[in-house]
Amino acid sequence: MSAREVHQGRLQTPFYSRLAELDTLNTWHNWKGYTVPDALYCADTEYFAIRNSTGVFDLTPMTKYRITGPDALVYVDRLVTRDMSKIKPGRVAYAVWCDDRGQVIDDGTIFHLREGEYRLCSQERHCAWLMDAAIGLDVNIVDETADVAALAVQGPTSFAILSRMGINGLSELKPFGLMHVEFDGFELTISRTGFTGDLGYELWTAPENAESLWDYLFAAGEVTGIRAIGGDALEQARIEAGYIMAYIDFLPANATVRTGRTRSPFELGLDWLVDFKKPNFNGRRALADEKRSGSTWRLVKLDIEGNKPAKHAYIFADQKGKKNIGFVTSAVWSPVCKQNIALGTVRMPHGAPGSQLWVEVFYQREMHWSRVMARAEVVDKPFWFPQRRGLTPPELV
Amino acid sequence: MTDRNDAIIIGAGHNGLVCAALLAKGGKKVLVLEANERVGGAAVTREFAKGYSVSACAHLLYQLQPQVQKELGLSTKPSGDSMQTIALSPDGAHLRYSEGEVTGAGDADARSYRKFHRQMVRFADLLNTYLNTTPPRLGTAGFRDLATLARLAFDLRRLGRDEMRTFLRLIGINIHDEVTERFESPLLRGALSLDAVLGTHLGPRSPNTIMTYLYRLAAGHGRLTVPRGGMGALAEELAHAARSAGVTIRTGMPVRRIVVENGRAVGVETVGGECFDSLTVVSNADPKRTIMELVGTRHVETVFTRRIDNIRMRGNAAKLHLALDGLPSIDGLGKNDFGHRLVIAPDECYVERAFNPAKYGEYSAEPVVEMTFPSVRDPALAPTGKHVVSCVVQYAPYALKTGWNDDAKQAFMKTCIDTIGRFAPELESRITASELLTPADIEREFHITGGHWHHGELALDQFMFVRPVCSAAQYRMPLDGLYLCGAGAHPGGGISGAAGRNAARFILREQSA
Repeated sequence: MSAREVHQGRLQTPFYSRLAELDTLNTWHNWKGYTVPDALYCADTEYFAIRNSTGVFDLTPMTKYRITGPDALVYVDRLVTRDMSKIKPGRVAYAVWCDDRGQVIDDGTIFHLREGEYRLCSQERHCAWLMDAAIGLDVNIVDETADVAALAVQGPTSFAILSRMGINGLSELKPFGLMHVEFDGFELTISRTGFTGDLGYELWTAPENAESLWDYLFAAGEVTGIRAIGGDALEQARIEAGYIMAYIDFLPANATVRTGRTRSPFELGLDWLVDFKKPNFNGRRALADEKRSGSTWRLVKLDIEGNKPAKHAYIFADQKGKKNIGFVTSAVWSPVCKQNIALGTVRMPHGAPGSQLWVEVFYQREMHWSRVMARAEVVDKPFWFPQRRGLTPPELV
Repeated sequence: MTDRNDAIIIGAGHNGLVCAALLAKGGKKVLVLEANERVGGAAVTREFAKGYSVSACAHLLYQLQPQVQKELGLSTKPSGDSMQTIALSPDGAHLRYSEGEVTGAGDADARSYRKFHRQMVRFADLLNTYLNTTPPRLGTAGFRDLATLARLAFDLRRLGRDEMRTFLRLIGINIHDEVTERFESPLLRGALSLDAVLGTHLGPRSPNTIMTYLYRLAAGHGRLTVPRGGMGALAEELAHAARSAGVTIRTGMPVRRIVVENGRAVGVETVGGECFDSLTVVSNADPKRTIMELVGTRHVETVFTRRIDNIRMRGNAAKLHLALDGLPSIDGLGKNDFGHRLVIAPDECYVERAFNPAKYGEYSAEPVVEMTFPSVRDPALAPTGKHVVSCVVQYAPYALKTGWNDDAKQAFMKTCIDTIGRFAPELESRITASELLTPADIEREFHITGGHWHHGELALDQFMFVRPVCSAAQYRMPLDGLYLCGAGAHPGGGISGAAGRNAARFILREQSA
């Protein structure tokens, strides 16, 4: 890991000048040391850009590690629960990594940039864990968070915008694929990934190219309603997509103190990421035990009656509220699905898909609080999964 | 391919041999692979100069567990009676003690020491019960674990309220506080301090040096002997017991790696390229060497790897061997006294001062010395009329700042000989050959990471439930088919055989279940 000067105060991303130019609200928050907008003009408008045209989100503060060296594959394969030997160069894998107890430390994406060269991208910082995982292996791990400027370009017109911008070969790029192109004299990496559950791409380049990239993108997108978006709009979109967030839907295992506050991949609905055919990975022994003896928790996607978001609500097995079985971790009214949706955690064996639970929703009207027991159905699929998301080539709209 | 072995043991150290013999007695077909040409590991007698032999690493026997002796039918003859310890005084007024009796200190100290020893032995007996069992896992509902814990609690309570409190108070504290509180005689304080810290990277003021003292007393109450023929004789006897039980021992077969397939150990491959299959691989090597080098961290998980990597095992004890053309004279000692254990640790602060430089990667300018003249009891070790000296000298840190190059070794050897020379002025003129084994040499010759006697510091955070590391303290490593049976596992080092015996019993129990 390279040593850096320690900054005083919040950092600005390489796109800051462009964001500041568009900003009308001046509501910014701290994201891993960077100042980023909650919203630039109106969170709802920005949200609709994601679903109806294209929203552009500055994800530079996402933690990024470059993993190289002779043991790079061995390293990432042992780190995460899924089989990384299947992820060829030019592919991206959504993955989850656990401690020895099989408890989730974080989830993220691993980009197989070139043969034997990986980028791990996650919400949280993981320097200590990644260095521990490197003991005895010949790998080089570099925190490149500040060395890579990144934009998420998400929405039904994102493909059209990028094509119009002059990026060739994009039409063949499948979901979770990545490609390197030369653009305006600099190298641009494009991956068909995102955190919105929609058709979308993420663009990665050196910070010095950031402003130029932004300008090209917005010039190409003007006619199809491209909009810069803030964190609030993205949060809404990711819940619709059923994506989980560290510190919201689960706690990183190495950040908890109390026992029983961590979650295994099974308890987060990520069974499909755990590959027991691999002889060894962090958490394998504990997860095999859990598989045998059963999990404690289950993550559920809830479709709740009514229109009042069930933020921080308790979940009950019965309408009377006698049997408390869990709690909601993320909740939002979904404009695109016209559903009152939530992610939550319930005790096993409750919460099987299709089952009916009850959610205790509190809401306030002119200072006075009211409470309603809302019926909630456990759904299996993401709330929002448009066909365009998986289409290759995507429609040119 | 030959017939598959039920178990392969890596290393014919004394624990490896004990484990092999007991597994074979339990009906297993066992193969032992030893890197060196001779069995014994650190329990070995070898010639260091023509005609002069010495126990090359461990040189005193005081920790061999009676159960091991009984179960393997060992009959190693000690050469002579048990030894006294003679704490050398510059003015010739030496102090002698053994097993609770001290002479040369005042009456008050004699009484205090008797009382102290009685109390320590009582605590050590309690400890010893648990040195000879697999440590229980904490936080489980396993009957065996809970039963052991309950027995431990009961045994503690049975000490009586006051004694239990004393035990719990003492187990974590340092020997310095205790000896200065109890004794007047600087020599007695110094010698007992030395007893507590020998073979560790600890000074008398370091925490848990009462625990290390108790550990020393646990098996034999501090009774010191040397086997006739040196430590190698014991190793040979263990090897004989193992072979009689059907064990195959092959020497000169260094293991290059433990073969792992589909997430389990399936055998070993030697440096020579030979492969041996077995679904049970038991490593007598230290935990670091076993996991980091022989297995490879890619086959185990990260937290476990980090814990293994963080085991403190910085050896600090060097071995000094001298060939003498005759006994030197030491003021106040008769010829027979040379058959006892002589220590240079004039007071407790001397020992602590000797330790100070070791913290910073330097050797002691005035080392503490444990010195024996094994040829006095066992003349066969040296040509007629000549003698060998075997010393443990502390502190000689493994990671010496300058590295253990020839200059550093020469300089430290001179320091040691000068230190002894203050008591035996003619020593230097009698030396015909010499050998210094620094921890770096011990690492090389005996394949112990860091050259640490115990394969890992004997400290409360690396003891019992957490030895070698948390969640792997029951001999079974978190890699199917792999076990530890050496000093790095519970309970620790010293020629005791407890780790080997416990491991064998654990494996037999597990595989019969």
